[in-house]
Amino acid sequence: MENVIEISHLCKSFGEVKAVSDLSFRVKEGELFAFLGVNGAGKSTTISILSGGLSRDSGSVKVCGQEIRDSLDALKRRIGVVFQNSVLDKPLTVMENLKSRAALYGIRGKAFEARLEELDRLLSLKELYSRTVGKLSGGQRRRIDIARALLHDPSILILDEPTTGLDPQTRKLLWSAVSEMRREKHMTVFLTTHYMEEAADADYVVILDSGKIAAEGTPLTLKNTYTGDFITLYGVTEEQVKALGLPYEKIRDAFRVAVKDTAAATALILKQPELFRDYEITKGKMDDVFLAVTGKKLTGGQER
Amino acid sequence: MTGLGSLIGRNCRLFFKDKGMFFTSLITPAILLVLYATFLAGVYRDSFASAIPAEVAVDKALINATVGGQLVSSLLAVTCVTVAFCTNLLMAQDKVTGTRGDLTITPVKPATLALGYFLASALSTFLVSFVALAASLIYLAIVGWYLSFADVLLLFLEVCLLVLFGTAISSLVNYPLSTNGQCSAVGTIVSAGYGFICGAYMPISSFGDGLQKVLMFLPGTYGTSLIRNRALAGVFREMSAIGFPEEVLTGIKDSIDCNLYFFGHGVSQGVMFAVLAGSVALLVGAYCLLNMLRRQKV
Repeated sequence: MENVIEISHLCKSFGEVKAVSDLSFRVKEGELFAFLGVNGAGKSTTISILSGGLSRDSGSVKVCGQEIRDSLDALKRRIGVVFQNSVLDKPLTVMENLKSRAALYGIRGKAFEARLEELDRLLSLKELYSRTVGKLSGGQRRRIDIARALLHDPSILILDEPTTGLDPQTRKLLWSAVSEMRREKHMTVFLTTHYMEEAADADYVVILDSGKIAAEGTPLTLKNTYTGDFITLYGVTEEQVKALGLPYEKIRDAFRVAVKDTAAATALILKQPELFRDYEITKGKMDDVFLAVTGKKLTGGQER
Repeated sequence: MTGLGSLIGRNCRLFFKDKGMFFTSLITPAILLVLYATFLAGVYRDSFASAIPAEVAVDKALINATVGGQLVSSLLAVTCVTVAFCTNLLMAQDKVTGTRGDLTITPVKPATLALGYFLASALSTFLVSFVALAASLIYLAIVGWYLSFADVLLLFLEVCLLVLFGTAISSLVNYPLSTNGQCSAVGTIVSAGYGFICGAYMPISSFGDGLQKVLMFLPGTYGTSLIRNRALAGVFREMSAIGFPEEVLTGIKDSIDCNLYFFGHGVSQGVMFAVLAGSVALLVGAYCLLNMLRRQKV
């Protein structure tokens, strides 16, 4: 797979504040790339620079092998952005919004109608066409935001915290639409999110902290590197668990024992098989990775 | 220019669908109507009546047409500018709401975006001003019609010119605005102040000498005067025809700003046209320059 986005030594400051400092990473074609970080970590700044909405201090930003400075107009046709907050015109209807935005890409008439049909199939928009955007629910509005971002059939979709505040049903609909687009069109998705379970499904994750990359890799690599495995043990007493001499936590009807890795878990089971009659081994979660890497917990974007 | 038509349509639709924005733009004309309905019309009617020479018999319709002409000219003068300011606030509101970012990620060129705001503002203001002009003409026809066809055509032309002036100056003033506070500050100042400084609420001739001199540097003053001259052209012709002495006519024209004096020198209507058209050209040039100087942000 070739690199679709290549960012090298990107720097951006706002006065004394270094929003992004010497940031370098690659996004491969067709992958789901997740950008993690607390508010102010530099995620939105990077996205703004990437989509041509913000100037950079230094560094290079290439999309599809081309420096965006040299071919911004062409690249704008390849990038779709779902912003953190809905930016559609609230007094206008859904149809008016979509029609006016599509025209900015030169999509009109039959081509617009055909595209709308496709998007309706993905996002079930038809019943919303005549509704005023300002009167839609948060979930409905998000569906329209995504439809707007996909109007020109981009090959790269940037999702800036797309599911924050959405109900589970809308989140599911959103991800099913994105998955279908990825499957059918081989679309690259660049995601920033506060939801660790979304990041866990990504192909590659970059964790930003204070404008710098704190860790990067596939979710599995990150989990293996920054967290161990966990054995959840059922039907044992606390004394028995304590005797293992490993860190553990008591959960509702079991104990969660932390081990270095799966090999250590296997060794432990083989050593004391009488203890391991009812158990499960799980990898650490992305929350654990984030905590280990940044020393911060990520809860709805807020640092803890 | 891909998307220009769509941008103009979107911007106009937003103005007319956003009730807050639409009705705010009509505040100044509404204030003017209230002022006339409550006391200004009476004051002017008495003032004209007292200026009429005793030996001249004057039809009541002529006095009503004089007062009406002044109301109509004031109304059109403020409408063309304050409505333009309100419609053009969209360029700032788009920044506040983040919509500007959604527009700039499209392949539409920044110049097209800027032109879209300008033309949509001009179009919306034209529509509102033409409705106001039509209503004004109907009103004049009811209270006393003295206008010729040429007067009506010129009035239409002057309204167009003043709309362009309002659009150009508001484009320049609103260009750097980026917060709700700045938008409401500009909206309030223009709504409250423009009627005074252009001589719509009270004739400039009734202000102090110093203030009069300052106001003569503002192009809007000439716009109001042009429209007032046009709205009252028929009335003045009729006054001449029925024997009003020239000095009385000059006195009336001086008192209601039909005659303007720049540091003691009379300003002809040709010069007024030139000042207004020149200002439009200058302001549009400055707006273009601002947009050209704004570097592509990558």
